[in-house]
Amino acid sequence: MADQKDQKETQQLTGEKANVGLVERAKETAAALKDRALEEAKDYKDPQQTQVWKSIFRVSHQRSDPRNRSLAILSNVFLHLHPAKINRDAVRYQYTWGMGGITFYLFIVLTFTGVLLMFYYHPTKIQAFADILYLEHDVPFGKLLRNMHRWAAHLMVITTWLHMFRVVLTGSYKKPREFNWCVGVVLLVLTLLLSFTGYLLPDDQLGFWAVTVGTNMARATPMFGNEGPFGPQLGLTPYNDVRFGLLGGSIVDANALLRAYIWHCIGIPLVASIFMAVHFWRIRKDGGISGPAPVMLESEMRPPKKK
Amino acid sequence: MESPKPNSRRNKLIGLIVAVVLVGLWVYSVQDWHQIWKIVSAPDNVPIVAMLFLVPFFTWLGVKQAKSNDNLIVELEGDAKLAKTHHRKVEPWRPGWAKELHVWPYLVRVEFLAAVIVTVILYVWSIALNAPLEEPANPNLTMNPSKAPWYFLGLQEMLVYFDPWIAGVVMPSIIMIGLMVFPYVDSNPLGNGYYTLRQRRFAVNMFSWGFLMWILLIVIGTFIRGPGWIWFWPGQTWDHNTVVFDRNRDLHEILGVTPENFANHLSLLPWVRGIFGFLVVSGFFILGGLFFHWLMRKGPFRFSYLISPKRFWAWAKLPDPFELKLLANTSILQYMTFQFFAVSVLLAMPVKLFLRLVFTIKYVWVTPWFNV
Ligand code: HEM
Repeated sequence: MADQKDQKETQQLTGEKANVGLVERAKETAAALKDRALEEAKDYKDPQQTQVWKSIFRVSHQRSDPRNRSLAILSNVFLHLHPAKINRDAVRYQYTWGMGGITFYLFIVLTFTGVLLMFYYHPTKIQAFADILYLEHDVPFGKLLRNMHRWAAHLMVITTWLHMFRVVLTGSYKKPREFNWCVGVVLLVLTLLLSFTGYLLPDDQLGFWAVTVGTNMARATPMFGNEGPFGPQLGLTPYNDVRFGLLGGSIVDANALLRAYIWHCIGIPLVASIFMAVHFWRIRKDGGISGPAPVMLESEMRPPKKK
Repeated sequence: MESPKPNSRRNKLIGLIVAVVLVGLWVYSVQDWHQIWKIVSAPDNVPIVAMLFLVPFFTWLGVKQAKSNDNLIVELEGDAKLAKTHHRKVEPWRPGWAKELHVWPYLVRVEFLAAVIVTVILYVWSIALNAPLEEPANPNLTMNPSKAPWYFLGLQEMLVYFDPWIAGVVMPSIIMIGLMVFPYVDSNPLGNGYYTLRQRRFAVNMFSWGFLMWILLIVIGTFIRGPGWIWFWPGQTWDHNTVVFDRNRDLHEILGVTPENFANHLSLLPWVRGIFGFLVVSGFFILGGLFFHWLMRKGPFRFSYLISPKRFWAWAKLPDPFELKLLANTSILQYMTFQFFAVSVLLAMPVKLFLRLVFTIKYVWVTPWFNV
């Protein structure tokens, strides 16, 4: 009795009829499956409705809904640096020249190409120069890689300066952005130091002498250099002054190469990333991009507030 | 709105003619085009050559916007009623337009486009030009000239004018600290978030002065300094055997503080020298301070003042009421801080450059511990 009942239920669930042939049944099952697959495939036509998509993007992005345009920015870890909406005139490139953004993009390009270069480069006196030759002549696209890292670095110095210039021309360092300007100055120094430490790494004459000239100045640091004012009086020698600390020795040699490498690939990029995070965070906290703001008039200038 | 005066047309023409004549003279005097090409086309110099075009371009782009804002400001200053209703931007505006746009897609697409363009530029540049690679490092073979990368040539060039402790350590530190205090000493509340020259003449000019000086030092370091860091005009061949007999005097020697004149009191000489130098430097700071005090109260400078002494005096004597108002807004601490950085960088740098290049004076202050 129980067996018969079970059988009946199974038949109902699978839609099979007890006394139809095996082939027939298979055909019918296949047809039903096909219908179902087609039905389900309709849902996949819109990838945004899939589980995978929704799991990644978390919210629906029906394009016509203005609320979703905001969510597209707010719910994305990369884009949420931005506000959902901005000053309608700030999207004109004439105002910021896009310089800060381009600088940041170049930093990303440099990180990317830099990591690839690290795969081929050893910071030792024996290998460094040979590695560059290897990159230039044997590594597929190695020359392009090296060139791109080099020129992006130069370009980043230029764009950082121009960015600073723009900030001055638009008075964007004024209240409440004074501190972010200072963060920017630190970023400028870090950008220059990144370039400088990178210059030594090919271990060729160009880098060697540039770094020799550069670090020779450190010798003359007041109080901290062995040739600087009050340095000798404070007991500094070529073997314990600030230059020795920078180079890890009294001459530009293996230790200097290693130190330049570590500063260049780890130390400074890490610090710069932190400062950039603060820079971007402060832009938002200071009320977004400063303008184009409505002009103020001379006649509206108030005398400074007395506390 | 001011219409361009016929004078400004004429001035532009004169300027153009002068520029053409100067360039023509230079072209005529070039001895060695190959040398110029070698410097300009060195791949590591391409960025500074690019800067020679980029800086004027972006200056133009900024000044253009400043001018149109300034015109609007003048218009609104003269029309209180319009000032109340105007949206106060030169960008178009109609009632009913949203003040804010969605970042997605209006900003994100601009950013994307910028990224694509920069990427394309980088590819073209990297395919066309190879990063330099010299012989392997060799401590026994000095490169001559041994130059830093272009963005440090300003520092390296400063070594000509100052001892390394100033050029390499003190000046860069003062410049960086000076940049950081810039927002705190500029007490002018106007011009926050829009391009303007009219409302921020002095601040913008001071920064541009520093910026241009920096670029100028780099240009000298890149294009003019040859072997032995000797001055070669652009177009002169870099002759490795050139020797320059610099007389390298110190200021006190010129003014008679020399061993001959102190034959009977030689032990006093270092003291006299030291005190002399101290007085010179203090005097420089006082005069420099007075100079900036005078300059910051002046109205706009017009180039026609250069050819008309009468108009120049009128400009030089009278302070500008607006600038006076700004000055009244500035605290004493802000004022003194600005003066310190302005005199010790913006003024000291060109003055020392002038003393060194024109009068071959090496030091103005000599002490047993340091020289300035
Ligand atoms: C590694 C270097 C830097 C990066 C990646 C960077 C990035 C940015 C970005 C993306 C912006 C948004 C607006 C724009 O694109 O212009 C910005 C704004 C700003 N930056 Fe930088 N920046 C750098 C260096 C500097 C420097 C050297 C300064 C000044 C000394 C500076 C001061 C500022 C200020 C004050 C703002 C706010 C401007 C406004 O609200 O209009 N930054 N920065």
